[in-house]
Amino acid sequence: MKIVVLVKQVPDTGEERILDASTGLVDRDANDPVIDEISERALEAALSVKDRDKSTEVVVLSMGPSDASKAIRKALSMGADSGIHILDDGLLGADATLTAQVLAAALRNADADLVITGNESTDGRGGVVPAMIAEHLNLPLMGSLTTVNIGSASISGQRRNDEGTQDVSADLPAIISVTEGFAEARFPNFKGIMGAKRKPVSTLAAAELGVNIAARTKISSVETRAPRSAGSTIIDEGQAAAQLVDFLTTNRLI
Amino acid sequence: MPNIVVFIELTHTTQIPATAPGLLALAARLGTPIAVSVSQSPLNDEHIAALGAQGAAHIYATHSAQAYSTLNSYTVDALEQAISAHQPAAVLIPASVDGREIAGRLAVRTGGGVLADVIDAHAHDGAITAIHSVFGGHYTVAASVPEALPILTLRAGAIDEIAPAHNPTVEHLELGAHTAGRTAHIDAQSDAPYNTNRPELRGAATVVSGGRGLGSAQNFVLVEQLADALGGAVGASRAAVDAGYIDHTAQVGQTGVSVSPQLYVALGISGAIQHRAGMQTAKTIIAINKDEDAPIFEIADLGIVGDVFSVVPQVIELLKARA
Ligand SMILES: Cc1cc2nc3c(=O)[nH]c(=O)nc-3n(C[C@H](O)[C@H](O)[C@H](O)COP(=O)(O)OP(=O)(O)OC[C@H]3O[C@@H](n4cnc5c(N)ncnc54)[C@H](O)[C@@H]3O)c2cc1C
Ligand SMILES: Nc1ncnc2c1ncn2[C@@H]1O[C@H](COP(=O)(O)O)[C@@H](O)[C@H]1O
Repeated sequence: MKIVVLVKQVPDTGEERILDASTGLVDRDANDPVIDEISERALEAALSVKDRDKSTEVVVLSMGPSDASKAIRKALSMGADSGIHILDDGLLGADATLTAQVLAAALRNADADLVITGNESTDGRGGVVPAMIAEHLNLPLMGSLTTVNIGSASISGQRRNDEGTQDVSADLPAIISVTEGFAEARFPNFKGIMGAKRKPVSTLAAAELGVNIAARTKISSVETRAPRSAGSTIIDEGQAAAQLVDFLTTNRLI
Repeated sequence: MPNIVVFIELTHTTQIPATAPGLLALAARLGTPIAVSVSQSPLNDEHIAALGAQGAAHIYATHSAQAYSTLNSYTVDALEQAISAHQPAAVLIPASVDGREIAGRLAVRTGGGVLADVIDAHAHDGAITAIHSVFGGHYTVAASVPEALPILTLRAGAIDEIAPAHNPTVEHLELGAHTAGRTAHIDAQSDAPYNTNRPELRGAATVVSGGRGLGSAQNFVLVEQLADALGGAVGASRAAVDAGYIDHTAQVGQTGVSVSPQLYVALGISGAIQHRAGMQTAKTIIAINKDEDAPIFEIADLGIVGDVFSVVPQVIELLKARA
């Protein structure tokens, strides 16, 4: 089985993230670029299939600036077999529509049985790219899964929507997106890090995929909110509960 | 006034969802709200009257016995047909788990552009501008889709308005076999056992959240008791969810729900940046934590350095005594 995992590099959420007010784009120099945790969990789901069946081929696909190659190398050191990096200056600030067009075009040539993605990225929070790719490629999408069973011809799993829980299934080829209910990713070990250097990564530009670069969304303004400041802090010596209730009363919160 | 197509995400038992009034209110501000619904049997007069009361001027009511056999494919068909019949200036869809998938597929199918996780929108000379709250509310970004159909996913609880009521006109349509070739199948559906006596987390005026500091699922009841005493919703940190104290749907933060209540009370939560990303736009924040260096105190209007197991029961007693 061939599994392609869509891995996105994002600014680390552990630090303050900055938007450039004039362009509306993420300031990529302000934070360490890391693999989005949810795409690491997607990769882990693929690697666990490979753990059980060594004939499984795991390919990571990432669209991003030149340092996204580090994200791909890390994925290879964790156990993926090869990488595809879509690198094109024209894709800077690509919206979901364009991102999905590009990723779908790359997947068209990849001949995957299964595509695994995160349910939403921490920088965009759009959660629409997997569905857009599914529509482009006429693939069934099982989105926002909490569990999955991957068979050789079909997959099944549970998903959570706003109404409750669903048991869902689809025939392969298909695309799935995973949630935080999935296991955290493994760490690369020494052997993996050494081995990753020899694994193949192909780099492609948008034109090589036949995609005409045109975003549909346009950012017109960016406003910054003043940071919040601390109010008063009190130490409980038996009086704090009463002070809390007074605070609620004074501020008309009860 | 341009038409605005609004997707009403009925439950599989044909209940009108809590997201409907906000979507219809926003649509009424942008144009004429055309509500689109998908159900297994035709909508009845009660549903139609209820949607009219919430602001639907016209209802495009589609049905199919198969509507809930596949994942979202009938809904995408229904919206595609409604768009071609009513030529809207924008489409509004809840930013729910299914809503985002529907919006993504619909955008590809109609050549539209998605404006995702929107908290508000405005119309100027027929052009729609969407407002996003980015990076935990640090930035407010305005964006549009100048050359194509804007498809907005609206964050639940973001719009707290009520549209003027209508006596809606209705079109009933039976959907044919879905046009998406390959889809996923729904084999079983079970409802979330949610507590109807408590307000929904998204859009609640008061939220009381608990973290790892609660120590166990049994102790987490303390969070629920304070929430009930304040008439608020219950939230949690990711650590509390991971530890199994409470269901994932209660998670507040970067990868959970974003809330902007009047009052947010954080109990035994350290205030990691990813948690703050989901609550720092609250009007007033109160935090109780044993550790005086906990980062949550940096953003709290009232910080109490203390033990939740001693302070919170006293607060509940005082609130009861007041009532
Ligand atoms: C990609 C990514 C996404 C994330 N998304 C989210 C998210 O959406 N939401 C989220 O919350 N986190 C998220 N996190 C996790 C986040 O980084 C923190 O790990 C998490 O918020 C910590 O939860 P906590 O404050 O409950 O636990 P801890 O950090 O362990 O804090 C527990 C606190 O309880 C206090 N305490 C202990 N006992 C008591 C007592 N008896 N009385 C009073 N205080 C007490 C302690 O002093 C401590 O400050 C994310 C992380 C990543 C990497
Ligand atoms: N530039 C990208 N490169 C690779 N995968 C991506 C990219 N953008 C989005 N994805 C995938 O789509 C998922 C959902 O992203 P989004 O729709 O942007 O919230 C992510 O978790 C990734 O798996």
